[in-house]
Amino acid sequence: MKSSVITFPGSNCDRDMDVALRKFGFKNKMVWHADAELPKSDLVVLPGGFSYGDYLRCGSMASKSKIMQSVINFANSGGMVMGICNGFQILVETGLVPGVLLRNKYLEFICKNVFVKINNKQNKYFKNVNNEVLEFHIAHNEGNYFCTNDQLKEIDDNNQIAINYCDENGKIEDQFNPNGSIKNIAGIFNKEKNVLGMMPHPERMIDKSLSGEDGSLFFKNLINNLK
Amino acid sequence: MIVNEQVAIDHGLKKDEYIKICELLKRTPNITELGIFSAMWNEHCSYKSSRLHLKKLPTKGKKVIQGPGENAGVIDIEDNDAIVFKIESHNHPSFIEPYQGAATGVGGIMRDVFTMGARPIANLNSIHFGSPQHKKTKNLLRGVVHGIGGYGNCMGVPTIAGQTSFDSSYNGNILVNAMTLGLVKKDKIFYSKAAGLNKPVIYVGSKTGRDGIHGASMASASFDEKIEEKKPTVQVGDPFTEKLLLEACLELMAGDSIIAIQDMGAAGLTSSSIEMASKGNLGIEINLNKVPCRETKMTPYEIMLSESQERMLIVLENGKEEHAKKIFDKWNLDFAVIGKTTKTKKIELYFDKEKVADIPVNTLVENSPMYDRKWKKTKLPKKNRIKKEDIKHLKIIDVLKKILANPNVCSKQWIWEQYDHTVMGDTIQKPGGDAGVVRVHGTDKAVAASVDSSAVYCWAHPLTGGKQVVCESFRNLISVGAKPIAITNCLNFGSPENEKNMGEFVECVQGIGEASDYLKFPVVSGNVSFYNQTKDQGIKPTPAIGGVGLIKNYKNMISMEFKEVENLVLVIGKTEGHIDQSLFARIILDEKNGPPPEVNLFNEKNNGETLLKLIDNNLIKSAHDVSLGGLITAVAKMCIKGKKGINIKKPKYLINELEYLFAEDQGRYIIEINKKHFKKVADILNKNAVHFDELGVITENELYINDKTKVTIDELSTSNKSWLENYMSK
Repeated sequence: MKSSVITFPGSNCDRDMDVALRKFGFKNKMVWHADAELPKSDLVVLPGGFSYGDYLRCGSMASKSKIMQSVINFANSGGMVMGICNGFQILVETGLVPGVLLRNKYLEFICKNVFVKINNKQNKYFKNVNNEVLEFHIAHNEGNYFCTNDQLKEIDDNNQIAINYCDENGKIEDQFNPNGSIKNIAGIFNKEKNVLGMMPHPERMIDKSLSGEDGSLFFKNLINNLK
Repeated sequence: MIVNEQVAIDHGLKKDEYIKICELLKRTPNITELGIFSAMWNEHCSYKSSRLHLKKLPTKGKKVIQGPGENAGVIDIEDNDAIVFKIESHNHPSFIEPYQGAATGVGGIMRDVFTMGARPIANLNSIHFGSPQHKKTKNLLRGVVHGIGGYGNCMGVPTIAGQTSFDSSYNGNILVNAMTLGLVKKDKIFYSKAAGLNKPVIYVGSKTGRDGIHGASMASASFDEKIEEKKPTVQVGDPFTEKLLLEACLELMAGDSIIAIQDMGAAGLTSSSIEMASKGNLGIEINLNKVPCRETKMTPYEIMLSESQERMLIVLENGKEEHAKKIFDKWNLDFAVIGKTTKTKKIELYFDKEKVADIPVNTLVENSPMYDRKWKKTKLPKKNRIKKEDIKHLKIIDVLKKILANPNVCSKQWIWEQYDHTVMGDTIQKPGGDAGVVRVHGTDKAVAASVDSSAVYCWAHPLTGGKQVVCESFRNLISVGAKPIAITNCLNFGSPENEKNMGEFVECVQGIGEASDYLKFPVVSGNVSFYNQTKDQGIKPTPAIGGVGLIKNYKNMISMEFKEVENLVLVIGKTEGHIDQSLFARIILDEKNGPPPEVNLFNEKNNGETLLKLIDNNLIKSAHDVSLGGLITAVAKMCIKGKKGINIKKPKYLINELEYLFAEDQGRYIIEINKKHFKKVADILNKNAVHFDELGVITENELYINDKTKVTIDELSTSNKSWLENYMSK
């Protein structure tokens, strides 16, 4: 399986993502934001970080990068595109997934482990994951997912919510919402479910010496689903 | 502007110093030259009050590749890998503008590290605030934490450990010390020594603006009521540009174009160009019209003294300009050839085709003033005798809860959850333990680092305090299973012109020297920050020690949380019952006098090295050093982190229970072992003449003391976790 990770100026989880993808069997290529063409890929990842310093608005400048037109075309033709953290913010800015990401409710950067419940497994990202709840890791300042009521209705109608923040037993309640996201939304799909944007970083959970191993589970499953 | 004695004094120079400048130049300096002298000769850049004493520190060792004098120290961690590290203060700017002050402190220290060719892999910090009741404390704390996070998070470098304390002596002068570790191949280290004639001098990074002019001079003066007026001297950080600068520099460093490289930190273009020239015994000629400026009509004076951030000066090999420019263009950074190296051994500056400065380099560096300041020795205070009636009403659990909730002991989770501590995917010990640990990417090795200070001990007796901080750093590294290698120090003191404060400095440095010499734990880099005071009141002497150690196989790392019920808990090191200057004495007995606990270097070394032996033999399940709050506080923290209880039996010592539990005797560790290993462990400890007590057995979820006093771990955990969260949410 071939993957591509895009490096924008200010990306800082690009290497971590590269390490994770290769660890679970992807042949990964790093792609520079100013390139025009995407290499042939089965998966494109927009990594975390602070593209363009998060100046102006998180993800907005990166969403206008030269490479992004190819990424958008790739997504629109059904290609798998995953945006993590800042990558999710970039996806939102391109309009590939609905909604916006606001500053965290308590106005502070949060770096910690969280639990997420998988809401929809009818897609290549989560199909065949046995667990209902995964322990992931978040590290962000602007992860407070917001959308209009109309958008929310559409998201619900199309079953576009990927994961929600919850407790270890899968209970989705306000107290387990780290950043104030609507309906505890931690990740969301486009209508066709080939594009996934999520705040948690599975690439930081790929080794039992790190914060946990549910990231390993996610990537192993993902590559199998793509085969 | 005409330069005279008054203008020199307004620049922070002393009358004698101004006379010396005129003598050295054999003429009156012009305003640009005076500005350059004031920047180079202030305390911050010249170390004029401290140099004499710093010379006495041990700086050499088998693992030391580079000691003090470069941008940062470098140590060998085998297999052609090396760690570059340093700590630096940004106290004065952080008090004036906490967010930018702290942010640029973090940015500055990372630049020092990647200037040497190393990719930063971990950040740490030591931050000290006034009394929690003081009206400024909360905002300063919030601002500093946001600033540290804002910069480090954006750079994508994990912040893995730190220290936060509160003391009223910092009410008018907080401390913000930032430390960075970087990883480099031993044969790809870059230095600041220029070499060769007519080599191009290159400016890269951000444009120069008017921010931070005279920042280094400000850091060399005391605060008064007019401090708010100094806001314009605080630099503004741009971590995004620094991230680009990091990547661009490392990309250029992969080749062989660079002769010397130096970041523009304190005193900006002035100190960076002079340092490179001085080390290379060369001259440098700069055309200031070529310096990329952000603002219009900047004068030579302003260009030379600006402390705009995220800039570097490079001496390139001839003919490599195009290659280098391409890299900086790719990262959207300024690149300008602004001058060349010369044989004149002078700094010569041109602006609008006129020569605006002409100064022999040695007058700025070797001939800079050095003072043997008067200082006063601090006598060892007399011991207090604890009266039985003062303590007999005390209930152990109440005291313990009070100590766990004390601002200097309580959990700092509110702080470190705002720092990205997991980016780069190699953090295997997060903040909240004895030391932070990151793997050396792609290898089995890991590097441990901690930062410590004990201002109260240093205040009570600077010589003992200085030794103690080094020992604590040593212990923190050993507690995670790392072999201590070297330290960096950030020496935060009051005015060197005050004999008492100067005495504190001299004796703390002596203590640090003695301990690091004995423990073979040399000082490889550091920074001195004087004038930490408001009006004539100095802070408590606060040397912060950043220690770095190596774990050969990261799978053998030790953490502090209790692991398993039924395991045995021992205390390594003897408890003599030293209560003076302990947290117990200060907050429970309200006794502020007396000597700090004695430091026995033989025991420190022997106990620590023996524990490392036990760890090497896979006999240790968890370990934690005993420090502030004594033995019971250390045990309680291990319980809280491991969500386990313990049944403690006080050994039959002569000292009473409270003394045993809360004394702050040095050289001690709490360890957890499997029962079946007891004999083996006891044998090794006995063979090495290490005293130990059997403390108790791990249980489910309560802390029992001598079968009569008990408390649930949840209750202790609440005491420990709630203080800071409540304080910040009010």
